[in-house]
Amino acid sequence: MAQPYSLPFDSAPALEANDLVKTYPGGRGKPRIRALDGVSFAVESGTIFGLLGPNGAGKSTSIKILSTLSRADSGSATVAGIDVARHPDRVRKAIGFVAQKQVSDPMDTGRENLVLAGRLQGMTAQDARARAVELLKRFSLTEAAHRQVKTYSGGMARKLDVAIGLMHRPQVLFLDEPTTGLDPEARSEMWTELEAMARMEQMTVLLTTHYLEEADRLASRLAIVDHGRVVASGSPEQLKDGLHGDAVFVELAGETDIADALRAISTVVGVSEVIVDGRTIRGRATVGSIALPQLLGALDEAAVPVASATVARPSLDDVYLRHTGHTLSASKENAA
Amino acid sequence: MSIAITHTAILTARQLRAFIRVPGYLVMNLVQPIIWLLLFGQLFKSVVDIPGFSGGGNYLVFLTPGIVMMMALFGSAWAGTSYIQDMDRGVMDRFLTSPTSRGGLIVATMLYQAVLTIIQTLVVLAVAWLAGARFAGGMPGILILLLSAVLLTFVFAAFSNAIALLAKQQTALIAISQIISFPLMFLSSAIMDTSLSPHWVGTIARFNPVEWAVVAGRQALQASPDWEAVWANLGLLAALVVVMTWLATRAFRAYQRSV
Repeated sequence: MAQPYSLPFDSAPALEANDLVKTYPGGRGKPRIRALDGVSFAVESGTIFGLLGPNGAGKSTSIKILSTLSRADSGSATVAGIDVARHPDRVRKAIGFVAQKQVSDPMDTGRENLVLAGRLQGMTAQDARARAVELLKRFSLTEAAHRQVKTYSGGMARKLDVAIGLMHRPQVLFLDEPTTGLDPEARSEMWTELEAMARMEQMTVLLTTHYLEEADRLASRLAIVDHGRVVASGSPEQLKDGLHGDAVFVELAGETDIADALRAISTVVGVSEVIVDGRTIRGRATVGSIALPQLLGALDEAAVPVASATVARPSLDDVYLRHTGHTLSASKENAA
Repeated sequence: MSIAITHTAILTARQLRAFIRVPGYLVMNLVQPIIWLLLFGQLFKSVVDIPGFSGGGNYLVFLTPGIVMMMALFGSAWAGTSYIQDMDRGVMDRFLTSPTSRGGLIVATMLYQAVLTIIQTLVVLAVAWLAGARFAGGMPGILILLLSAVLLTFVFAAFSNAIALLAKQQTALIAISQIISFPLMFLSSAIMDTSLSPHWVGTIARFNPVEWAVVAGRQALQASPDWEAVWANLGLLAALVVVMTWLATRAFRAYQRSV
């Protein structure tokens, strides 16, 4: 049984997941795959909440359950105060859903996609057309409004997807990896749009991403998900502060014996959480600028040649590493 | 209910827009019935000379309703393809997380497919007429033929949608559609009088919705149709339409359990 969950804020949550468990068939003769293994989090009304984690961590599964597409095996969830299992019909009117895959119809024009989405949400034809014009303008798609979506670039199509989710002014918007697959320029443009959107619409956003930078920039709070569980949550600053210190990286030169290097590093006071990643050794120091010279001195004494050494303020990547035991880039490679 | 009707209308319009935007698809839909009609018409021309053939002296007249139903069957068996495309993208998931009427999603595909069937049926009739076939049943006969073809389309479009939602893959949908539609086609009197086939073929044909549609359409095109047979077969088709539509709507639950 999960522990009683206490909210990290005062107001009623716009979104709450309580000990969600979801399993899928693992194939013939294999045990069921546990996609969610007791996920709990709460999202304050009017904020952007990020679910951060590698592919297969359970981010999309969480979104599918909260958006009523799928049902949890156990646990409960509310969206805009409505129980998703008991009243899916009411939840569906309160949410916008932007799936990981393109949610627009490539055969329809941008405008037709928007109007159709609005009308399916119960808007009158007139309201839907007016709202479509407004959103096309906001996402700089007015010129492409009458073109079929199959002629759009990846960035344009993704912006249209977000606009489709916004048509009926939902209370809660789900964005499942909104920038995955976009080139850096389109991604940065999308971030600007999403920031502006959060300011303009009184809306709660649940965003999943495997880009740390994206979570850091957009989300006011986030939960790190790994193997179907929330391993850490808080604001990006809280999570970074929780690390107590700076990250120190030392890249070793040539054919150095890693064991020698680790032995030398262990003599330096104030360096902890040492992890070897290929030829790079990473550690954590209370004050990096003091620890680094000592570290280099110790390595020099042990005759270990160093290629480069850096100190960095804690990043979400460090938070991620701390809680999951692997870096996000490494788990992405494993997943691929 | 009015919500379901609105959703059906706007979703049907969406499919028709996509159809109109690919002129090649329209051409293909028009050429196909012509090829089938003329090919089969020539190939089996002399079956009318077999003693005991009950379809009259003109094979083309006999064959035309059969080809109409064959087109309706083969076309509607593909109806689920649009669902597969929506599922491959996030479109289906977006519909299902919105208040979109499930029944509306199913019926829109059925109506869209019915429009294609009507176009193809009119082409088949026109080609048959040009090739010399004359139908004594006149306009009422043609309307009943269209109705039979549309009901048959509804049955198999709903079925195809259900398969698409359960199988979720284009290859599986095609395999299942073909395994079912070809036997149904040949276990009917669509291209051959079943009284000349082995007895068991006629027995099976009585339970075959393709046969119901062929009989209703063929009877209605005759000078003095057996109206009782026409209405009985149309009634069977209509009942099956209701069952299939209900089953297909239920298939959304199975799909949502699997995502």
